[in-house]
Amino acid sequence: MGILVFCDHDNGQFGAATLNAVSAARQIGGDIHLLVAGDTSGTIATEAAAIAGVAKVLVADGAEYAHGLAENLAPLICDLASQYSHILAPATTTGKNIMPRVAALLDVMQISDIIKIDDANTFQRPIYAGNALSTVRSDETTKIITVRSTAFEAALAEGGSATVEKIGNNGDSGLSSYVKSELSSTDRPELTSAPIVISGGRGMQDGANFAMLEKVADKLGAAVGASRAAVDAGFVPNDYQVGQTGKVVAPDLYVAVGISGAIQHLAGMKDSKVIVAINKDDEAPIFQVADFGLVADLFDAVPELEKELG
Amino acid sequence: MKVLVPVKRVIDYNVKVRVKADNSGVELANVKMAMNPFDEIAVEQALRLKEASGAEEVVVVSIGPAQNQETIRTALAMGADRGIHIEASHDIEPLAVAKLLKAVVERETPGLVLVGKQAIDDDCNQTGQMLAALLGWAQGTFVSALEVAGDKAKIVREVDGGLEHLEIQMPAIVSVDLRLNEPRYASLPNIMKAKKKPLDSLTVDELGVDINPRLTIVKVEEPAAREAGIKVADVKELVEKLKNEAKVI
Ligand SMILES: Cc1cc2nc3c(=O)[nH]c(=O)nc-3n(C[C@H](O)[C@H](O)[C@H](O)COP(=O)(O)OP(=O)(O)OC[C@H]3O[C@@H](n4cnc5c(N)ncnc54)[C@H](O)[C@@H]3O)c2cc1C
Ligand SMILES: Nc1ncnc2c1ncn2[C@@H]1O[C@H](COP(=O)(O)O)[C@@H](O)[C@H]1O
Repeated sequence: MGILVFCDHDNGQFGAATLNAVSAARQIGGDIHLLVAGDTSGTIATEAAAIAGVAKVLVADGAEYAHGLAENLAPLICDLASQYSHILAPATTTGKNIMPRVAALLDVMQISDIIKIDDANTFQRPIYAGNALSTVRSDETTKIITVRSTAFEAALAEGGSATVEKIGNNGDSGLSSYVKSELSSTDRPELTSAPIVISGGRGMQDGANFAMLEKVADKLGAAVGASRAAVDAGFVPNDYQVGQTGKVVAPDLYVAVGISGAIQHLAGMKDSKVIVAINKDDEAPIFQVADFGLVADLFDAVPELEKELG
Repeated sequence: MKVLVPVKRVIDYNVKVRVKADNSGVELANVKMAMNPFDEIAVEQALRLKEASGAEEVVVVSIGPAQNQETIRTALAMGADRGIHIEASHDIEPLAVAKLLKAVVERETPGLVLVGKQAIDDDCNQTGQMLAALLGWAQGTFVSALEVAGDKAKIVREVDGGLEHLEIQMPAIVSVDLRLNEPRYASLPNIMKAKKKPLDSLTVDELGVDINPRLTIVKVEEPAAREAGIKVADVKELVEKLKNEAKVI
């Protein structure tokens, strides 16, 4: 039996995290099928068919799938479930929304946010904000899994030549409807896949001061993130939040500015390759995970950093 | 409308957890416990609905060991009207929790269930969505704004790209995110009053639910610690290290 991977996309752009989920599926082993459900998802399906290692792309086209509504997507996935040993989705807000609904409809316990695959039945996942790692075995006939994207390399987006097959629709549940989105627009790389991330915390004092970080980010080709305190204070939008209950990042370089290093924040960034902390308090816990710590006032250090980068 | 709020008792978010020596789980003995922070936000939202006359009664339910009654009392002290305790072991899985909650929903017929988006111990982020599936109800997940109007609710969700507005059919399951509100503290008089509020107990058998675990915990381990780094003297040294030593810029 094969593996079904749910493709996260916004009808225009293919979600990068899907590529990581495909890699996880390849590690499990078996024929990989990708489910592309959306409104006029034709271009996405073409992109999906090119992913290395994918055998087949299933396309469900309909307005009811345009906005990731779990009430419409879960029945669609459940109808396909009997053909697969595993159903995977990236642990994005879309995957997290839909997959537990699928699991309950199939009477299966979901395995959330896996970071390692021991064998086809055994998976490792972080618990307690990553302060413990739990290895669990599932003997369910269908394994329902969400995949933490930072723990798996992205599959190559090109080189594959999957067949594309249209499947039927289940219609609209009538339970929920999409109204509108308020998406943060930025020309910078996407937070969860950027090679460099620079994040600000409460120490930034207000939203306008994030301009200092943005200038550094632009020189480095970095994404900008934040701590919960910075988001709660309204300095930056919610989608900047890195941490246990925000986004998980693992870039080559993570720069934490005016962030104390609470465990909930560390949960979202401590797997970064190199960590830099800039904080005026030399006792701040962030220094315990930082490869390079600079004890300084950020209002001096950040502009200086920008200058040094030339 | 009655609002049902499931609350979980978890290790306090300030505690640094320790893995048990036999790798069977994390140490729970003599560790400070508290209500899951997201569930405090859910209780707060239910109370605000009641205060705005959008709800008649706020009922909290907790599944777990006898000590979970303390967590229920905390919610009652915040202002909830009534509690239900269902005795079970600490590590009951979200699917089993959702099935027990479904049985409670069938008895209590609430118009809205407010759950936390995730429990900060298992970090599963499943229970609300599973309950919605079992009931065939709409689900509004990761919600940072909620407005109930008749048989519909307008919600704002925190999603990866920003915010998303949906309209959902009531009755519904809403899972709450950090920015929905700031939970109140219980005052001393209210803590006293909470001791007299009704708290019923139900058993798993009474509710007729199979709660046997589906997953086997093979082992629980400590993550690899990061090696201690160094302090640099100034920005110049930092940039030099990042360029020549770490080679990341
Ligand atoms: C249920 C729950 C979930 C949570 N989820 C998350 C999450 O996902 N992500 C997250 O980040 N947090 C999360 N938190 C919050 C977390 O516990 C901390 O409160 C938060 O991370 C603190 O943010 P901070 O480091 O910016 O602020 P603070 O802890 O206030 O630290 C500010 C730091 O800035 C430094 N500073 C101040 N001024 C300057 C200056 N001029 N120059 C240099 N340094 C300066 C200070 O020395 C201090 O170390 C969660 C909490 C709970 C209860
Ligand atoms: N044992 C429990 N008792 C009551 N509510 C629970 C329990 N477990 C989970 N919940 C609810 O489900 C939410 C999400 O939990 P989880 O799916 O485990 O991350 C929590 O915030 C609670 O509202």
